[in-house]
Amino acid sequence: MSTTAPTPSFDLNRDIGDFSYPESHKFDAGAGLSERTIDYICDVKGEDDWIRAFRKKALQVFLSKPLPTHWASRDLETINFDKIRYYLSSGQQPKRTWNEVPDDIKQTFERLGIPENERKFLAGVEAQFDSEAAYSNIKEAVGKQGVIFVGSTEGLMKHPEIFRKFFGKVIPTGDNKFSALNSAVFSGGSFIYVPPGVKVKHPLQAYFRINAENFGQFERTLIIADEGSEVTYMEGCTAPKFGTATLHSAVVELVALKGAKIEYITVQNWSANVFNLVTKRAMAEEEAVVKWIDCNIGSRLTMKYPGVVLKGRKARGEVLSIALANDGQHQDTGAKMIHAADETTSNIISKSISIGQGRSSYRGMVHIPKHLSGCKNNTECDALLINTNSRTDTYPAITVRGNRNSVQHEASVSKVSADQIFYMQQRGLSEAEAMSLSVNGFVNDLTRQFPMEYSVELKRLIDLEMEGSVG
Amino acid sequence: MNTLDIRNLSVRVAGNEILKNFSLTIPKGEVHAIMGPNGTGKSTLAKALAGHEDYEITGGDVLLDGTSILELEPDERSRSGLFMAFQYPSEIPGVSIANFIRAALQARLAEGEELEATKYYKRLYEKMDLLSIDRKFTARSVNEGFSGGEKKRCEILQLAMLEPKYAILDETDSGLDIDALKVVAHGVNTLRSQNMGVLLITHYQRLLNYIVPDRVHVMYDGRIVKSGPKELALELEANGYEWVRDHATATA
Repeated sequence: MSTTAPTPSFDLNRDIGDFSYPESHKFDAGAGLSERTIDYICDVKGEDDWIRAFRKKALQVFLSKPLPTHWASRDLETINFDKIRYYLSSGQQPKRTWNEVPDDIKQTFERLGIPENERKFLAGVEAQFDSEAAYSNIKEAVGKQGVIFVGSTEGLMKHPEIFRKFFGKVIPTGDNKFSALNSAVFSGGSFIYVPPGVKVKHPLQAYFRINAENFGQFERTLIIADEGSEVTYMEGCTAPKFGTATLHSAVVELVALKGAKIEYITVQNWSANVFNLVTKRAMAEEEAVVKWIDCNIGSRLTMKYPGVVLKGRKARGEVLSIALANDGQHQDTGAKMIHAADETTSNIISKSISIGQGRSSYRGMVHIPKHLSGCKNNTECDALLINTNSRTDTYPAITVRGNRNSVQHEASVSKVSADQIFYMQQRGLSEAEAMSLSVNGFVNDLTRQFPMEYSVELKRLIDLEMEGSVG
Repeated sequence: MNTLDIRNLSVRVAGNEILKNFSLTIPKGEVHAIMGPNGTGKSTLAKALAGHEDYEITGGDVLLDGTSILELEPDERSRSGLFMAFQYPSEIPGVSIANFIRAALQARLAEGEELEATKYYKRLYEKMDLLSIDRKFTARSVNEGFSGGEKKRCEILQLAMLEPKYAILDETDSGLDIDALKVVAHGVNTLRSQNMGVLLITHYQRLLNYIVPDRVHVMYDGRIVKSGPKELALELEANGYEWVRDHATATA
């Protein structure tokens, strides 16, 4: 097994995320994964025995499960789990003000624009640097409403009565090999609880930054929106470009109780050496609404299929996703909708862009059992190909039983043609600007639904990507 | 200096020489029409001038106000003042006409300079009023599902907004669609000015019932075989392209 990732011909993150500061970790679990790694993490964090036992059991599940290469990319085999470092941090307590954050870490987040965004439009921010949050703060007014927004460790220690009730319930340890891995070594991520009827007006944001080489980031996020509450959560991710593979394997569980609304927005911009293997799922009770907005740019291989289990009557789930695969990248993304109650509705809109040798796959699963009635699903998958070598695949699996439910599925593949580019060039746009405009046009009907700051950010990332893919 | 000067231009497409020693000078302020039978190289001329990569220049030069443009990329030619209205313009799904023109104007500004949105829309609406274009039009995606006439409207609006020094209008087939033809004619007649030279490419004399050119050139087999005042178009209409062919063979 080789740990050397093929170096892509260009680095898409060169302007935004491709910088790193020298490591100065006080806590390092070392390379490789064993029970000792888990003991180290538990000791450092000062965790209770139940969580130590939970982690060790998860390790056994992880070791016993094969890589899913019978359906997924064989590129997974190049991950060398013995060389990865599973826990790196400078301390376990996040700072509440940016002034207290160590200079190098603070500079990292300043370069990424996080403190500025916090001032401008966020209700709370958590900034994770490698394994632990360096900064975590919630606006006072939001905290006073009873909203909890802390890291996962703090959540399980200080709010065990809520945490334990839902932790690992939406995504059990054994769901897949990587959810088991995360359950064994998780660190960081967010724990959010929104009390009944509370509507958090501004988004809460978490930012995940990998700074160290040969490292695995395993954040664990659990969001509980109590009855009739509303919350929007946004996450952003970057890492510098290293010569060796980096692993990001998160587990995100959302629980929307009766009538609650959760909107979860991801804009990931991983560098081209990151394996991004993430499990995301939500449970929606009666009349609850969960919306995943998932933008995947960058990474070497992303495998991510956000899902919603529609457990209560009239619950609604949505996945709106955009994936952009450039040379040397594979975006294997999709959505899962499990209808488990009458009159539940789901909507999946997936847009993928493949450039050069880049590859995009859509995998969808929609399940509506026979005994239900009045369920509806709409699935749309659109693929855009730029340059002839691009590849795109669609694997939709829609199981609908009974005749009292309805589904609709549409798929399209289009190409940015040489004629189209020439036409735009004739109007004065450079080749990169022309491609960028085509891509932005392709995703336009989706990005219009995003919060403004995020559609602007996404447009900027697409522009940079196109600049890099020309000549 | 104030000319688009095509000098002895030879162009090859997929190994075949289509333009042969083609020469033509278009001064600013004039409208020149090129007519000719199908397959004689009219559209090749337009594409080669715009810099399409499939059109290989094997000889000659093209000077825009005295400077050769042959080494320039298509977008550089555009920014230096050359506009081409396409016979079959591409669709750009999801990109509104307003945003497309805005991007084209933004591309003409120096780095760090931003087009001012309010000024831009004010100017856009002025031009739309001038060309009798409905305000709702520019919210539509560029050419997506457009009729022949709408495509022309979109091209003419871009011409009006980009204010090129020279405009080549490839209208080879638009004589077939009366709505399209009227849009182009109204546009050219409205935008005609001392600051712009126009090269109008057409197959049908009918377009010239609406646009009165300063000069008419008849093209056959990759070069111009006859030039004359606007009346030449009528002569051509009366005698048909067979007359051109005979004329070309006689003078060859």
